Amino acid sequence: MHIPDGFLSTSVWATMSAATVPSVAYMVRRAQREVEEARVPLLGVMGAFVFAAQMINFPVGIGTTGHLIGSAVLAYTLGPAAASVVMTAILAIQALVFQDGGLLALGANVFNMAVAGVLAAYLPYHYWGAGRWRKAAIFSGAALSVLTGALLALAQLRFSGVAMPGAVVWVSLGLFTVNALLEGGITLAVMQSLEALNPGWLRKPAASGRTAMGVLLTAAVLLVGAGVLFAASDPDGIEKLAENLGIASHARTLLETPLGGYEIQYLSSGWLRKATAGLAGLALIYGACVVFGKLIARRRSA
Amino acid sequence: MHHVVLDRWSRGRSFLHHRDARAKVLALLAFLIIVATTPPGSNAAAAGYGAFLLAAALLAGLPAGGVLWRGAVVLPFSAAFAAMSLFAGDNIRAIALLEKSYLSALAVVIVVGTTPMPELLRGLESLGVPRFLLLVVQFLYRYLFVISEQAQHMRVAAGARGTASTLAVFRRWRLRAAAGAISVLFARSYSRAEGIYRAMAARGFRGHISLLAAKRFRWQDVAFLVASVVVPAAVRIALGAGGGWPR
Amino acid sequence: MAPLIEVKDLRFRYPDGTPALNGIDFRLYLGETVALLGANGSGKTTFVLHLNGILQGEGLVSVCGMQLSKETLPDIRRKVGLVFQEADEQLFMPTVLDDVTFGLLNLGISPEEAATQGREALARVGMEGAGGKAPYHLSAGEKRRVALAGVLVMRPEILILDEPTTYLDPPGQRNLLELLRELPQAKIVVTHSTTLALAVSQRAVFFQKGKIAGEGVTEEIIQRFQWDARQPCRGIHGG
Repeated sequence: MHIPDGFLSTSVWATMSAATVPSVAYMVRRAQREVEEARVPLLGVMGAFVFAAQMINFPVGIGTTGHLIGSAVLAYTLGPAAASVVMTAILAIQALVFQDGGLLALGANVFNMAVAGVLAAYLPYHYWGAGRWRKAAIFSGAALSVLTGALLALAQLRFSGVAMPGAVVWVSLGLFTVNALLEGGITLAVMQSLEALNPGWLRKPAASGRTAMGVLLTAAVLLVGAGVLFAASDPDGIEKLAENLGIASHARTLLETPLGGYEIQYLSSGWLRKATAGLAGLALIYGACVVFGKLIARRRSA
Repeated sequence: MHHVVLDRWSRGRSFLHHRDARAKVLALLAFLIIVATTPPGSNAAAAGYGAFLLAAALLAGLPAGGVLWRGAVVLPFSAAFAAMSLFAGDNIRAIALLEKSYLSALAVVIVVGTTPMPELLRGLESLGVPRFLLLVVQFLYRYLFVISEQAQHMRVAAGARGTASTLAVFRRWRLRAAAGAISVLFARSYSRAEGIYRAMAARGFRGHISLLAAKRFRWQDVAFLVASVVVPAAVRIALGAGGGWPR
Repeated sequence: MAPLIEVKDLRFRYPDGTPALNGIDFRLYLGETVALLGANGSGKTTFVLHLNGILQGEGLVSVCGMQLSKETLPDIRRKVGLVFQEADEQLFMPTVLDDVTFGLLNLGISPEEAATQGREALARVGMEGAGGKAPYHLSAGEKRRVALAGVLVMRPEILILDEPTTYLDPPGQRNLLELLRELPQAKIVVTHSTTLALAVSQRAVFFQKGKIAGEGVTEEIIQRFQWDARQPCRGIHGG
């Protein structure tokens, strides 16, 4: 689900962007270390491949078809960091050229699909991709990536105050689950077919052995997704809980945003405050970008 | 294909086409933020933004109908959520969702439709977006059409053999066939990437892709940037809900 | 006269062990054009990829008196210009001018100078004013010309063209032929088109299963290996 502009409240898109920029910067740095610049064409072409692969329909049931989303396939073939960069590039092109997803919302969309989605896809593969649970790992990774992205998007919309009756939330959850299972099935079929053509295309998963860590991380991803959704759909419940624990004030600032918390006192006007918060958020992101870039440059030249 | 149209528009000539990509990107962000922070119920302000965008599209010599149509891609999504807000009794927000998402999409269409992708990417690079990411975007954009065309051919070929009928019931081999098609597409993309790498190596590639110099920021760019921030902001203050000042 | 390119006993195996070249000896002299003929998979393309070090097998490859090695590689790549079969893979940059100047920028030439030389090269192949275009807006023939410009701009001594006429309509093929004839460089042309081979080359080399099965005057080679799409009339009932 690509969130367009105009849906997210300033605090939500600004926060998500602030979270996404360093994540993407980190992924770019890792990918750059793993992939030399000579291989950049491969990443771009693989992005184009995912675009094109989405045009191929899979039979789902009577009269309906689905299509690949692709973050899991990218993660299993290029590795998580490069896959994350490629997904970011795809989302950027979709927002700029196809009006699929907004530009201010790009931070949120990238976080949902290119950061959390790719990591969720890769975790099970990383830990169980080598052993006898391989098929299950591929399937569940792909399913998890779709589910994580969708849950996060739903939560962000709820946090922004977009009205969704309870029934709609449940129906969407059902649809997401179907989509997730579908992505799992398609990804598994594609990966088996790829392996038959050339096993060298698949990334070798880490030797299993750290199962406990894998369970923990995968569970954490799911819990965070579900927890965020719960918090968003029932903020009162969370606040009551927080009040009972005596941390209401902390929880509120945490749940809102780092910027929403900073009241700019001398600006009594609500919208000016919001706009300033937005601009400040952007400036912050920009600053973070530049500083990050400088740090990377220094590290590389050192 | 969709992006070919935008690409053709972007190679036109007009005051807007000639502006520095950085100025356009910054103006776009400012506009999006102004729209995003406009309180719901500011229909007059929305009309003002719309007029501003329309003026920009005309100034750029873009076909107004085409721009309006392309931006409308977001409307089905927005309409679904607007309907939910409507059911929840919040018709002010319902309208705001439609207005804001549509105006934002139009603004993106106008900027991307007046800035060739290479210039846009170069602008983003000098604004600090990581070069590595932009190179991936650049190659993605370059091969998007090539590989989509390949997929299209494969789909036509599959259709000619009767496997693309969506009415047939689910059969396991058809899932396999589709997965096989994707693998073949993957294989071709992979070998294409190898071919590109060879072509780069043959012309002395040594690990760094150099680009021709970016344009210079001129006074017209500054004037454009100031105008495109001040006008929507003025609209926001003059016409926003409650006279622009908070309720 | 010393040959521009000299290859002695070149052997190459693909990483999976399949032998691709099996002892190739080859010479190219100043001013000549040689056609490489042979079936698909006979090793023609693999062979030319060795001539500027994209693939490296066993045996000796020397270009303009320099033996191919890590040290001479940059110089050799400058001397040998390679135009690939897939123009879409050759034109990987976002605009035509970006693409044509790619090699120059790799040599460390300043962007302004590279742009000037790039425009000159485009004019040379009849594509002046196309610098700002995106490669996918070009026709097959235009792509081929731009690809050639991107190689010519490096001022190579030797041009290697892999199937230069594929995807071109007959007028496009004719234009390309004329363009090739005007270029002074020594050329190696890999092709299935006997028309092209006869039109541009004096000498032909015939590849078979990774070896050179014969070489000589182009016309004779085509006859000797019956390398023509038109079969002499044998009658439809055999005998």
